[in-house]
Amino acid sequence: MTTANGKNAAPVMKAENLGITFGGLHAVSGFDMELYEGDLVGLIGPNGAGKTTVFNLLTGVYQPTEGNFYLNGKSMLGKRPHQMVEAGIARTFQNIRLFQDLTVLDNVKVAFNQSMTYSALEGILRLPRYWKEEEEIDRKARDILSVFHMENEVAQKAKNLPYGRQRKLEIARAIATGAKILLLDEPAAGMNPTETAELMETITLIRTRFGMSILLIEHDMSLVMSICERIVVIDYGQIIAAGTPYEIANDPRVIGAYLGQDSE
Amino acid sequence: MKKLSKASVNGFINYGIVIAAFLVLQLMIARGMISNTLKSLLVPVCCYIVMAISLNLTVGILGELSLGHAGFMSLGAFSGIVTAMALPDAAPGLRLVAAILVGSVAGALGGVLVGVPVLRLQGDYLAIVTLAFGEIIRNIIVVLYIGLDEKGLHVTTNSAGPTLGEGGVMVIKGPMGAVGVPKLASFTAGFLLVLVTLFVVQNLVASRAGRAIMALRDNRIAAESVGIHVTKYKLMAFVISAALAGAAGALFGLNYSSTVSSKFGFNTSILILVFVVLGGLGSIRGSILSAALLYILPEMLRGFEFITKARMLIYAIILIAVMLTINNPALKTLLEERDLSPAGLLGRLKGKTKEKGGAGR
Repeated sequence: MTTANGKNAAPVMKAENLGITFGGLHAVSGFDMELYEGDLVGLIGPNGAGKTTVFNLLTGVYQPTEGNFYLNGKSMLGKRPHQMVEAGIARTFQNIRLFQDLTVLDNVKVAFNQSMTYSALEGILRLPRYWKEEEEIDRKARDILSVFHMENEVAQKAKNLPYGRQRKLEIARAIATGAKILLLDEPAAGMNPTETAELMETITLIRTRFGMSILLIEHDMSLVMSICERIVVIDYGQIIAAGTPYEIANDPRVIGAYLGQDSE
Repeated sequence: MKKLSKASVNGFINYGIVIAAFLVLQLMIARGMISNTLKSLLVPVCCYIVMAISLNLTVGILGELSLGHAGFMSLGAFSGIVTAMALPDAAPGLRLVAAILVGSVAGALGGVLVGVPVLRLQGDYLAIVTLAFGEIIRNIIVVLYIGLDEKGLHVTTNSAGPTLGEGGVMVIKGPMGAVGVPKLASFTAGFLLVLVTLFVVQNLVASRAGRAIMALRDNRIAAESVGIHVTKYKLMAFVISAALAGAAGALFGLNYSSTVSSKFGFNTSILILVFVVLGGLGSIRGSILSAALLYILPEMLRGFEFITKARMLIYAIILIAVMLTINNPALKTLLEERDLSPAGLLGRLKGKTKEKGGAGR
């Protein structure tokens, strides 16, 4: 599989025959996928197809029962979620998960935790390293927020933001982790058309601005079809099609999965 | 940072309140305006303020329920007493500092012991285990006999007590608790301990560790997804909280000539939890004020002859009234509409505040 941009470099992320079984249920099986630098790939499928399970596998929330996956060539089996972030993969959630009672700025600052080095004792005693690093991340966090045009809302509590902005804040927070691979779980869920259009701009912007590779789950077909270069379709935990938006839109198996025709 | 954040302004106000209260009380003591009853309450009040602030770190800032905070206080009290008695020739100030340090280490060790196995779990396990821990500590100390002589420390659970060399003294006598304790605690020491506690907790909250801890409270899954090591930060908050409780315990123990372990039972844990909840979860200032007022209140009610018998009943009624008032939605909206909420009042006091919100009052 080559990338849409025709690059032939090594994939930043590679899943090989990845799968997980809950009891006797194969939630996901035989999931193969490669993500290259700068890719923008859509992961679609009917409800309950296993899309979020794939995300949970890729971020260490679930441990795969079969297969393997690699980030920059290194196997990530057995890694815990916080280690996956360290390895360079960050995500957002289908149902927004912000730190409700923290300010917008602090929500982003939390994500810098792994890039900071001062110890808790240095923090309590406020030694020089505390001031230096705090000042640095204060600036960085404000920079990221200004990309999302949220620089005037830094002091608000996250729970007081309107829905669309909460989504943006969640993406900003994921970027602040320093990860180069971003998994977006239904970023447009619950958004009105204006907000969705704004979101599409944001996604293309962060890809170029922060040099990220993005994998996104989405039900909004107009969004997926217009911004993704490649689309992977899963149903009943298995990939049923992969290709360009045009190929996917005309694939009988995909139409079958969505409309319930017998396509096997 | 050039501009002070609201959180740090709040922190300075807290220091200010404590220092002002200390100075006013000192002045009143010098002028003889304070009754002996009230004077005897000053050190315990400081201890309970420290207990409330430290429990707030676990319950309000980390968001885990602990029902055995008095257990850590107990560890600190008895280890502090033993330390102070093992150093009979040192200067009183040094003995007190050494006792408080040992007490906080004992508290911290207890915190690690309870925290390591339990904080990995989610849900109410911590509440259950801390509840048991508090009771276990209390019961262990009831059967403990500790004596001191030139050879060092002797510990036994035999009710006959350890055989001591010449000039040896018993420190802890099983059910009778610690006896013959030097009263080293002073109001100034208590005041300083409150300041240190404020310093530790407020600076921790404003650091990256504090942000991580509050992130865990707000959403554990999201915190993990941005790279927060859950167990590490939970344990950090819990152990610091336990260490501060140990320090408060050491001071408390050295304020009385004898101390029994039943002083640090379940009721005390709940009392401290009441201070924290009524003061407001996560609000450091609330913890200070409610611990001070609610500890003194029942003692003050003792002064009135006709209500002596109904003292605890009146205390309970006041608690319920406070809870109903501060949580009354109608009252809250009314206050907010007129900008009379504590946050709004503070804003007015400082003139225009652009930055709203701010973590950990």
